[in-house]
Amino acid sequence: MSFPWAQEYKPQGTVSKWVDERLPLPRLVYNAVGAGYPVPRNLNYFWNFGVLAGVALVIQIVTGIILAMHYYASVDGAFNSVEHIMRDVNSGWFIRYAHMNGASFFFIVVYIHIFRGLFYGSYKAPREMIWLLGVTIFLLMMATAFMGYVLPWGQMSFWGAQVITGFFSAIPLVGEPLRQWLLGGFAPDQAALNRFFSLHYLMPFVIAGVIILHVWALHIPGSSNPTGVSVKGEQDTVPFHPYYTAKDGFGLGIFLIFFVAVTFFAPNMLGHPDNYIPANPLSTPAHIVPEWYFLPFYAILKAFTVDFGIPFTGIIIIEAKLMGVLAMFGSILLLFFLPWLDTSPVRSGHYRPLFRKFFWFGLIPCIVLLTYCGGKPPYAQWVILSQIAAAYYFAHFLIILPIVSRIERPLPLPNSITESVTGKPLETAAA
Amino acid sequence: MVRLVAFLVGLFFSGMLLLGLGDTVIKAIQEPEQPTAEHEFHETPLAVSFAHDGPFGKFDRGQLQRGLKVYSEVCAACHSLNLVAFRDFGALGYNEEQVKALAKAWKTEVPSINPETGEAATRPAIPADKIPSPFANEVAARAANNNALPPDLSLITKARADGTAYVYSLLMGYRNQAGYKNAEGKELLKEFPEAATSPGLHFNPWFANLNIAMANPIAGDDQVTYDDGTKATKEQMAKDVSAFLAWTAEPKMENRKSAGWAALGFLIIFTVLAWMSYRTIWADKKH
Repeated sequence: MSFPWAQEYKPQGTVSKWVDERLPLPRLVYNAVGAGYPVPRNLNYFWNFGVLAGVALVIQIVTGIILAMHYYASVDGAFNSVEHIMRDVNSGWFIRYAHMNGASFFFIVVYIHIFRGLFYGSYKAPREMIWLLGVTIFLLMMATAFMGYVLPWGQMSFWGAQVITGFFSAIPLVGEPLRQWLLGGFAPDQAALNRFFSLHYLMPFVIAGVIILHVWALHIPGSSNPTGVSVKGEQDTVPFHPYYTAKDGFGLGIFLIFFVAVTFFAPNMLGHPDNYIPANPLSTPAHIVPEWYFLPFYAILKAFTVDFGIPFTGIIIIEAKLMGVLAMFGSILLLFFLPWLDTSPVRSGHYRPLFRKFFWFGLIPCIVLLTYCGGKPPYAQWVILSQIAAAYYFAHFLIILPIVSRIERPLPLPNSITESVTGKPLETAAA
Repeated sequence: MVRLVAFLVGLFFSGMLLLGLGDTVIKAIQEPEQPTAEHEFHETPLAVSFAHDGPFGKFDRGQLQRGLKVYSEVCAACHSLNLVAFRDFGALGYNEEQVKALAKAWKTEVPSINPETGEAATRPAIPADKIPSPFANEVAARAANNNALPPDLSLITKARADGTAYVYSLLMGYRNQAGYKNAEGKELLKEFPEAATSPGLHFNPWFANLNIAMANPIAGDDQVTYDDGTKATKEQMAKDVSAFLAWTAEPKMENRKSAGWAALGFLIIFTVLAWMSYRTIWADKKH
């Protein structure tokens, strides 16, 4: 698709020719993830994570479909049906633990995938559309994961649903009616559980659809690479198959080793003990926390403690709670604007000395800090740390990044991918 | 335009956060958080080891049988086990006849219907029944327990942090509150006179709020008589019943671990082969 030297699909047998003339599906696969897709030769292991995220989605869909065969979406029966799966369904414990930890591992690989994009500037021209679709997938994943966590109807399921749907009640005027409409009641109950189950089953397929668009958009300009230098000729690329199928196969093995180690030997490590207590609307847990992958956003939500208003008049324009909700959604939505906030023409963080400093010493520690504080009770020291980290988070993307892009003097870029790999200048001029 | 709006939004959010920061700091200085008895005197679970710990651990069947004995003679007076069926006890090493006998002899009968009159009745349990609750319903349970509800124990070791050690610590953790000092030598009632246990509750520093409604269930040695001749010390009973409750929470744990080793073995071979083919394919390409 992308480069003139891409190998062309040549159907061999009569059957392949017959199929190719009528529905060229093998040709599509060949050009998407086969020898027909030329890829920069210098990709490092960070480029494995897109494929791994795809595998994680497939694991979730397969285990999820089997779970749905045994799960019972009822406030009286959901908790026990999950335990029925754990105890009485053949290998049900495996399917359930794989699905439960599969969600965490899906987020782990997607976070590394996003990190890769942020550091190597994969969101920049001409790949903005890939990035926008990627952020959309991330939002859909978060919604799916949240609804999935409600399904076992444990204490954290119920109270998590209570807190998260409570965000909507922060909206002025229409908030509370909107929340009741979404839940189908005054609090999470049978109506909410049923619709969450329905949507939790639907959304992975929506995600799969957006992934197809994401990969389609990727195949227009082709993959980026760690130098950020565009492909200049055939010598810069290798066919996806066999080169990257082999490398991704190895990466997949490593990923599955980690996944299996946690799923079989510490399956509850990433969960919360309270979710093994059946939901009880009359008993609030001492300390409601979301799953680990939501903690940075939860910390941002809780970091807003003062109302925005006109000083000395007592007039409040935006309440702290609403601001927290806006900021929490804003912290993800701002990623949609990233391609236009970071105006530096240099993509890779390797060649951006100033960007790199803010990235490693500002953004990364502040996200780690937010994740840590998000899981802590609201004591002053944790609130203070999340306020500092959240303030930096917004400043980093919205203020620092546009300024850095302007004032930074990037390091000299290699002339080509091949030159950066072999250390030798190109003999022939780039085509 | 995008950058201008972004700059203003960034300034607003960061500004409000910094205002909030100032506010939090001032409040923290003006009204520092008061230490609470729960915070200072709550203990984390004791270090205790079990045969089923670790990636190779297997349940000790003898211990599970002893634990079942403690559960049936002590805990079952108040606590149900409604996710466990009598048939599941086959996994503890009992044969079918023994399971049937166990179910039939169970102190609490199972709710049923009188086949002639249709009135509510009870019948002896059969292997397919779940372990019945000693109370007909929540109201009855609360009425019999000073308004406290004895939780179902099926999942208790998964529903608490470090659950198996937690159950053991809780059972071993009843203390005399008068003069109680923690490891740092602080005396509870001197530091927090208002934390004195109210009547009907029992002091136990391993319980979240230090005061538990359950009276010490294993008060002394030889409360049960073990069939295998093991001396029923207080500690032995606490340990055995904790191991039993680890089993009720996850009866498929041994399958999980052995399947895990098989999966890991397969994946290590797969990964080595994948690495070798990766190296072979890329051998002629510098990258």
